Amino acid sequence: MIKKLLTYVKEYKKTALITPVLVLTEVVLEILIPLIMAELIDKGIDNGSMPDIIKYGIALLISALMALVFGVAAGRTASVASSGFARNLRGAMYDHVQEFSFANIDKFSTASIVTRLTTDVSNVQIAFQMCTRIAMRAPGMLIFALIAAFRIDAQLSMVYIGILPILGIGLFILIKIVYPIFNRVFKTYDKLNNVVQENLYGMRVVKSFNRQDHEIEKFKKTSGEIYVDFSKAEKTMAFNMPLMQFCMYASMLLISWFGARAIVASGNDAALGLSTGELISLITYAMQILVSLMMISMIFVMFTMARASGERIVEILNEESSLHDPENPVFEVADGSIDFENVHFRYGKTKNKDVLDDINLHIKSGQTIGIIGATGSAKSSLVQLIPRLYDVTEGSVKVGGIDVRDYHIESLRNQVAVVLQKNTLFSGTIAENLRWGNENATDDELKHACKLACADEFIESFENGYDTYIEQGGSNVSGGQKQRLCIARALLKKPKILILDDSTSAVDTKTDAVIRQAFRSEIPDTTKIIIAQRIASVQDADQIIVLDDGHLADVGSHEELMKNSDIYREVYESQNKGGGLGEQ
Amino acid sequence: MSNSKKQKMPKRASFNPGTIKRLLSYLKQYRVRLIIVMICILISAGASVASSLFLQTLIDDYIGPLLIEAVPDFGGLLKAIFSIGMVFLAGILASLFYARTMAVIAQSTLKDIRDEMFSKMQELPVKYFDTRTHGDIMSYYTNDADTLRQMISQSLPNLFSSAVSMIAVFVSMLHLSIWLTLIVIVFTFLILLVIKSIATRSGGYFMKQQRSIADVNGYIEEMINGQKVVKVFCYEEKAKERFSVKNEELRKTTAMANTLANVLMPVTGGMGYVLYVLIAVAGGAMGISGVANLSIGGEATLTLGTIASFLTLSRNFVNPIAQVSQQLNSVIMAMAGASRIFELLDQEPEEDHGSVTLVNACMSDDGQLSECEGRTGTWAWKDGDNLIPMQGKINLKEVDFGYNEEELVLHDITIYAEPGQKVALVGATGAGKTTITNLINRFYDIDDGKIQYDGININRIRKVDLRRSLGVVLQDVNLFTGTVMDNIRYGKLDATDEECIAAAKLANADGFIRMLPDGYDTVLEGDGSGLSQGQRQLISIARAAVADPPVMILDEATSSIDTRTESIVQKGMDNLMHGRTVFVIAHRLSTIQNADVIMVMDHGRIIERGNHEHLLEEKGRYYQLYTGAFELE
Repeated sequence: MIKKLLTYVKEYKKTALITPVLVLTEVVLEILIPLIMAELIDKGIDNGSMPDIIKYGIALLISALMALVFGVAAGRTASVASSGFARNLRGAMYDHVQEFSFANIDKFSTASIVTRLTTDVSNVQIAFQMCTRIAMRAPGMLIFALIAAFRIDAQLSMVYIGILPILGIGLFILIKIVYPIFNRVFKTYDKLNNVVQENLYGMRVVKSFNRQDHEIEKFKKTSGEIYVDFSKAEKTMAFNMPLMQFCMYASMLLISWFGARAIVASGNDAALGLSTGELISLITYAMQILVSLMMISMIFVMFTMARASGERIVEILNEESSLHDPENPVFEVADGSIDFENVHFRYGKTKNKDVLDDINLHIKSGQTIGIIGATGSAKSSLVQLIPRLYDVTEGSVKVGGIDVRDYHIESLRNQVAVVLQKNTLFSGTIAENLRWGNENATDDELKHACKLACADEFIESFENGYDTYIEQGGSNVSGGQKQRLCIARALLKKPKILILDDSTSAVDTKTDAVIRQAFRSEIPDTTKIIIAQRIASVQDADQIIVLDDGHLADVGSHEELMKNSDIYREVYESQNKGGGLGEQ
Repeated sequence: MSNSKKQKMPKRASFNPGTIKRLLSYLKQYRVRLIIVMICILISAGASVASSLFLQTLIDDYIGPLLIEAVPDFGGLLKAIFSIGMVFLAGILASLFYARTMAVIAQSTLKDIRDEMFSKMQELPVKYFDTRTHGDIMSYYTNDADTLRQMISQSLPNLFSSAVSMIAVFVSMLHLSIWLTLIVIVFTFLILLVIKSIATRSGGYFMKQQRSIADVNGYIEEMINGQKVVKVFCYEEKAKERFSVKNEELRKTTAMANTLANVLMPVTGGMGYVLYVLIAVAGGAMGISGVANLSIGGEATLTLGTIASFLTLSRNFVNPIAQVSQQLNSVIMAMAGASRIFELLDQEPEEDHGSVTLVNACMSDDGQLSECEGRTGTWAWKDGDNLIPMQGKINLKEVDFGYNEEELVLHDITIYAEPGQKVALVGATGAGKTTITNLINRFYDIDDGKIQYDGININRIRKVDLRRSLGVVLQDVNLFTGTVMDNIRYGKLDATDEECIAAAKLANADGFIRMLPDGYDTVLEGDGSGLSQGQRQLISIARAAVADPPVMILDEATSSIDTRTESIVQKGMDNLMHGRTVFVIAHRLSTIQNADVIMVMDHGRIIERGNHEHLLEEKGRYYQLYTGAFELE
């Protein structure tokens, strides 16, 4: 996982690698400082020699300033590298998500994709920065300090060797206990956010049913879980500091005891044994060794927290798009004919029930096809196979006589326009939204498409016309207006096949009829597939397909179906009893 | 706090003393524990100071004399080491105790704040949610609460312990040498100046970074939510391009903000070393020249041990400064987060002056109503001591309403719905149909006129009881995470499985539910995203059916259900609705033909009223709609 993530450092590799070098230099200097200090005390202060004090003082000063310079430089390179790494990661994930098929998108919820792209990337970024700066600093400091300490007095330094395992084991146990708790906490956080989000969307439902207390209870249960787990984790982590202090104080006392004896034995002569200056240095090293160990333990904690995030990111990056361009793709779509041959389809391989069961259909280019069927009869699933939004499980779907899996996907989708049932407008002007269909469309082309979709009138009634700003999700236009804008957007693609998935449900019958009339006269060569609930919307189609629970129940014209299809007749009658919907 | 009532508090780097005070008030209930925590911090800091003072004692009081002794006796030293060991042990235990206690206090304070936010959110009027984006409200729980977690569990104790150790160290320094302490004071001011200038600049960049993050998040959220549309239009490349521009912008601000933050530590550290050298040189010079050392303990000579100890102390004095400066940014952000949270908590809750309640009633043989325990199937309004039978008669009289002051959406609306009647509202989007239902259940309050329920002004009815008596099925269905059964039971929490299944059957949802992988126990996630729009509507109808309310409002409740299924559902609904008052809003005229009265609305006014036949005879707008001569949008 880490290896995979690190491949995204890319152009910041140099900057990222230079950071530890700078940090190590800084560390060496920081180690030198206590050595010089010892000299200063022993030779300068003890001997009462002012020139020595000045000499070592200047050396100290230079080292300190250099440490400062290197430290600042490392701080800069670390932040540049980590923010660049984060950008690459975000960019790679975002680009990769763009390659996702519908099946991939269904697998991850949109909310989880968003969290991974935002929160998880920041977590990894912080951990990465910590690593380049501290991960090198701490072991570097540890090693140099140990070396320096051993040089002063190898015997005394054995104290550290004795203390280190205690600290190491202690930290290991802590992390071992805490990691699973943290993992659980993050999941509970998702749950908490989910409760809030559902309440925001369903506030009217909550209020209508007076379920405020019920919701509060639900929320409190989740927030209680977070409280229990998080305080457990933090209470465990609270051992970290005292453990450090214990090791620090213990080594200090041991060094003081043995050091004092050594000094007395040597008569405070550095040449013979230990001196007071060296003792001070040793204790300074003790602090440095333990501080670096504490940093290492902090890094472990950061890692445990970032590990979950890293895994979630890699999950996205490793997600193979379930749809690929074939090796020698076909770029040209010959015409708008569509053939379904023995098509079976199910969402995901794990589902054990076919959504579409043995569908055989032949649609000629330029025909108008209506699809009727009950809620859940797989109408949308059927049409989504045509632009290869999903792949069939068995059988084949052909467009222009060629299997959709043999086409270059983008070329295919450019010729097969779908107006989805759950459609979206994006924040931006109306014209910008429409140009999704064709970015080079002229103003006249926009107007023409809107005219076909019966959208021109209301757009022109807006103060700013085509420059009217659409809020996120199209919340400032009505449902019917939104649907017509989406149709116009699809028309701008000038597709060979146009699929409307229940796209006029919020449009009144009369306008619906006008739009269909416009399709007939203006785009006669385009194959039009219309999913609808109103018989009126499909009545005049060349073929009407009646779907029933994933089966092709009947196919035929309105007249034929009225004669032969019980389902169709029943639907017709349910809509037309007592005079019909204005279709007389 | 008057300023917290502002609509939006800009995320500015500003310290508001009121915010800190209020934040601290959440800690009040832990007063005793906090005092113990403070004592523990004092002990812990004391041990740390003792450790740096110990060096002096060790060198001057033990090693020095021992060097002179012919036969060194280490017994005294052992004793000293043992007693300082005890001090250290106390320090260790104290820091263990306060860290653990603080963790619990921080987490439970956070829980309190979260729970309070959520409870508050439940009290807020619908208007609050209609005028804000969900992302904005969500960030109270995520971004803002997160900043607080850091603040309470880390920054607060750190600030306190830093302050304590700085004071302790300061006193110790004075104890050792006043002259050297003066050098430290002067130098500390210098360090603070440098920190201030860096922190101010980095604070500015952090604000920029937050804005940039919000921008990137917003773009990601919008595009990922519309990802299927992106695919259908092969818009991927364009989407990548636009994203990379925003992504690069974020990289730049992040790099700047973090660089400045990263620089703080080496700069203070480096300056600390400079101070170290200064003291060594000055101390050495003083020691050599034999200048009398002035300390609060009196006048004495500057010994080697004193200088050594003082040097360690000076590090201990500078380190907390560096630590505090590191946390400055997070403290500033936490303050911004806290003031946003308090702004939510200070929102005016939904007003409710109603006193009339809904009670179960029993009808005695002589027709007298009395209040009863348990569900009797008969309901009554209880107004003081008066019991008024609940029948479901709803009257709107000359109602005017506007969502804001400038613009009225409803003009002079008068509707009489007799008990058991089916009242239909027809009209274009924006004609005010849904607004009327929002007024009946008091999501919004009317500006003029009155609405009566069984002759009682609805303002006098307790909102909980008013809404209990109204069942609402909306066009946009919201389901909750949980099983299908849980979702149906939402209508009536104590409903049995059998009741829920019966309701599902009534809504014609039973069939497809049984086809789901686990039937009624299938867990729905993400607002029931695995279901089609129509299936979700069927579940929401079942949910309303199980609530069994006397009055129902159906707002485009069957718009996504195919007509065949709808006609079956309709039959069930008609059974359910028998003898109840129903308000129906529908696009399909077929669903409302059998209504007792149909109101045709246009631009907030009722322009026609009557039953189907009557309206057709009138040959007005309804006739035009019915014959397709008029566009309904």
